[in-house]
Amino acid sequence: MKERLRFVVNGDPVEVAVEPATTLLECLRQDLHLTGSKQGCDKGDCGACTVLLDGRAVLACLVLARAVDGRQVTTVEGLASAGRLHPLQDAFDSQGAAQCGFCTPGMLMSAFALLEENAQPTLEEVRQALAGNLCRCTGYTKILDAVVTAAGVIQASRPAPPGRSGT
Amino acid sequence: MSDQRQGGPPGPGDGEAAAFSVIGKRNRKVDGRRKVTGQTLFTDDLQPARLLHGKILRSPHAHARIRSIDTTRASALAGVHAVITGRDLPVAYGIIPWTRDEYPLAIDKVLYVGDGVAAVAADDERIAEAALELIEVDYQVLPAVLTVEEALAHPETQVNTFAGKGNVSKQVRLTFGDVEGGLAGAEVLVEDTWFHAGSTHAAIEPHCAMGDLGADGILTVHSSTQVPHYLHRELSRVLELPVDRIRVIQPAVGGGFGGKSEPFDLEFAVAKLSCLTGRPVKILYTREEVFTAHRGRHPMLMTYRVGADRDGRLTAVQARIQIDGGAHSSFGLVTTYYSGQLLGAPYRLPAYEFDSTRVFTNKPSCGPKRGHGSVQPRFAFECALDMLAERVDLDPIELRRRNVLGPDTRTINEFRITSNGFLECLAGVERASGWKEKFRRLPFGRGVGVAGSTYISGTNYPIYPNEMPQSAVQLKVDRSGRVTVFAGVSDIGQGCDSVLAYIVAEELGVALDSIRVVTADTDLTPVDLGAYSSRITFMAGNAAIAACAGVKRQIQEALAERWGVPPGQVRLADGCATAPGVPSHSLPIAEAFQAAEARSGTLGGVGSYNTPKDVHGSYRGGTIGASPAYSFSAHIAEVEVDGETGQVRVRKIWVAHDCGRALNPMLVEGQMEGSAAMGFGEALLEEQAYDERGLHRGPSLLDYPLATTLDTPELESIIVESHDREGPYGAKEAGEGPLHPSIPAIANAIHDAVGVRLTRLPFRPPAVLAALQARYAAGLAWKGHRG
Repeated sequence: MKERLRFVVNGDPVEVAVEPATTLLECLRQDLHLTGSKQGCDKGDCGACTVLLDGRAVLACLVLARAVDGRQVTTVEGLASAGRLHPLQDAFDSQGAAQCGFCTPGMLMSAFALLEENAQPTLEEVRQALAGNLCRCTGYTKILDAVVTAAGVIQASRPAPPGRSGT
Repeated sequence: MSDQRQGGPPGPGDGEAAAFSVIGKRNRKVDGRRKVTGQTLFTDDLQPARLLHGKILRSPHAHARIRSIDTTRASALAGVHAVITGRDLPVAYGIIPWTRDEYPLAIDKVLYVGDGVAAVAADDERIAEAALELIEVDYQVLPAVLTVEEALAHPETQVNTFAGKGNVSKQVRLTFGDVEGGLAGAEVLVEDTWFHAGSTHAAIEPHCAMGDLGADGILTVHSSTQVPHYLHRELSRVLELPVDRIRVIQPAVGGGFGGKSEPFDLEFAVAKLSCLTGRPVKILYTREEVFTAHRGRHPMLMTYRVGADRDGRLTAVQARIQIDGGAHSSFGLVTTYYSGQLLGAPYRLPAYEFDSTRVFTNKPSCGPKRGHGSVQPRFAFECALDMLAERVDLDPIELRRRNVLGPDTRTINEFRITSNGFLECLAGVERASGWKEKFRRLPFGRGVGVAGSTYISGTNYPIYPNEMPQSAVQLKVDRSGRVTVFAGVSDIGQGCDSVLAYIVAEELGVALDSIRVVTADTDLTPVDLGAYSSRITFMAGNAAIAACAGVKRQIQEALAERWGVPPGQVRLADGCATAPGVPSHSLPIAEAFQAAEARSGTLGGVGSYNTPKDVHGSYRGGTIGASPAYSFSAHIAEVEVDGETGQVRVRKIWVAHDCGRALNPMLVEGQMEGSAAMGFGEALLEEQAYDERGLHRGPSLLDYPLATTLDTPELESIIVESHDREGPYGAKEAGEGPLHPSIPAIANAIHDAVGVRLTRLPFRPPAVLAALQARYAAGLAWKGHRG
């Protein structure tokens, strides 16, 4: 028996009917055709399906679709705005952090969640934040570098805090 | 316009002093923006209308005869559209034409736990799974042989009935030079036995395929394959359809590493199910199915005898290797040769013999994994060299230097070596790691180790004998200034689509964003043999340069005529055509294309590459391992070993690799880092293991531990460029070679740290602790070299 859900994906309200056992990943990929989130294991081991649920990184294969009723979901398709890459996406692209690209959406979402919480992470903090996202291509070096680079770019683009002036 | 390149004089782009616009730069990948935005479509992202979902029923037994299969109830289930069994696909196939020894679905008997027996197509995956439950298979369980010893002891329990008799899959014994004399005359002899337990690729994208028989009678198969051309041929054989009725398309592939380099049951199943239903049918492997599809690194038991004189110069090497092949041949014929043939460099072996035997067992088939067939022997041999260095009291790097083979020579097994940057690799890691201050000088529990290796840049002979080019590129050169590159190559993440774009941009002076690359579609692209044996940059790169040559000439001639200069003075670079000295002799590239099109007609180019065919030994098997060029690598690993727990931590690996020329250093580093990390995982974490019933011990990405960000050591890449005279701009391979030294460098570092020589992979804490305790028990407290 299908249930009707309403939630917001990447800022857009959506309404879908799903079976009770449908996962958020299945709902995103098959019902909403948002195929950016990937299925690598379907049991919470690989991190390729990482999305944000109300701003927190979750594994979409371990979340039932019905659990997101009324909530906010952000996927990799929602990172770029108006055709402009998010600094994380740009850094992944410019630094060769995406080889096959299959883990990339999940990596980006975990990294995005990290930077929302901790704008200036140390390399060790980046390692910790991405420990649930497996990559088989890169050895992680360029991924870690890209996240650190993106954090710097975001920081530099923020207006200087009030009360401080030059000289 | 058609040009072919082959081993020979330098072609365009080979100029040593050429100032490149695109080549050698850290350019972005042509598919990068799509990958970071989630727009890249992998096979499972294709969701056409009327799509059916397939599932495969798999054997719970390691070895059993199929008495009967009843699919009646499954076929009757609502939402099920078709059910097939092995009898529906009765033609045997195999990636190597001489060993076609598998069926898409088992017919008479199953050979391992996970062997496919039936497949269904249904409205959705859940209905398909429910239908599998309704298929009744009557098995007569047979004795199973799960180890090499059992398989050889019980030839009457034959695993693969295509084998002549018994369970020997392939045996190769080759002798070069006076091995007995070299060993007898050796002043120092090192002998030991090493074991590589076998590992799997574990690409993050599971295998996926979709078949779609169109109303026009054309069967299209999309697949996450890394060999669309070979898949195309085998689909035609098995489905008994003419090859021109089949179109194979390889969408973006989420990692391969050799794990997608032959046909799998799902590709035949979706094709057949679509032919039966007239609807598109897709199958996505579960992660468990990926583990049992396997075709990963063979377990190898390797005994080496290495002789040398007192100065550490090798006198002879003798190897005896047992290879656990699993249920089918796969690439096993090649694996068996590679286990011996690829040891001929980077050291000069005055005499060499190997005797390798591959054996069938009732387990998932092994095949090619990154560094096919040679990673295991390299582990053993580089450890033996370390033992040798200790015996003759030489620095292990110095021992290696004393035995180098050098450039422009032949190996003992008669392979032609051209460029060779191995010495620079050794020097690079020695310097960067601070080796001299560390080796034998770090406190107990910390150590460094070194290892070297070589690998092929493609093979001189294709899998099925033919004289045609191994790779080809076609160009559509448009008056808008855009160039479309058509090539059969398989981008599996390594970046070959981008490499082709860099080359064409360099040759024709077009901006990178004006290049479109269309690859791996048998209806649209000329044949390339696939992403295996590290062949694409070398072969398709040369084909791309050849494809550009004629077009470039036409453009130069058109502008030379207009400007009154010799054609050779017309330069195409950075989006412009120019002639030196006269500022007015400058045109945007689109107008240059228009000038040439007006003068010569529609522009286009075809180029191909074929390998040199006369650069190998004339003995049987002398062609296997022959390559147009060889890459070289050296690693130094620094480790910490906890003497209480046996835990090994690799702090850092310095990776030097001679790739000839880095067409994009960023992509080369990515291959070096990824290779070293994969080798690291094999050294410490991974094992493709089965229990006594033949069940995989942990077919998940949690139980089969892939290294995470927290495990993976710091990696530092040092690119060495030896400028190979036959490679495109001097380039050679970078995708597989840099994996080889990881494992022995770590093993040798563990010895430097705590004085034990580990010979069985993986080096997990219990094994390390047991070795340490054995050493303590023998009263050999490790004083090391530190006094």
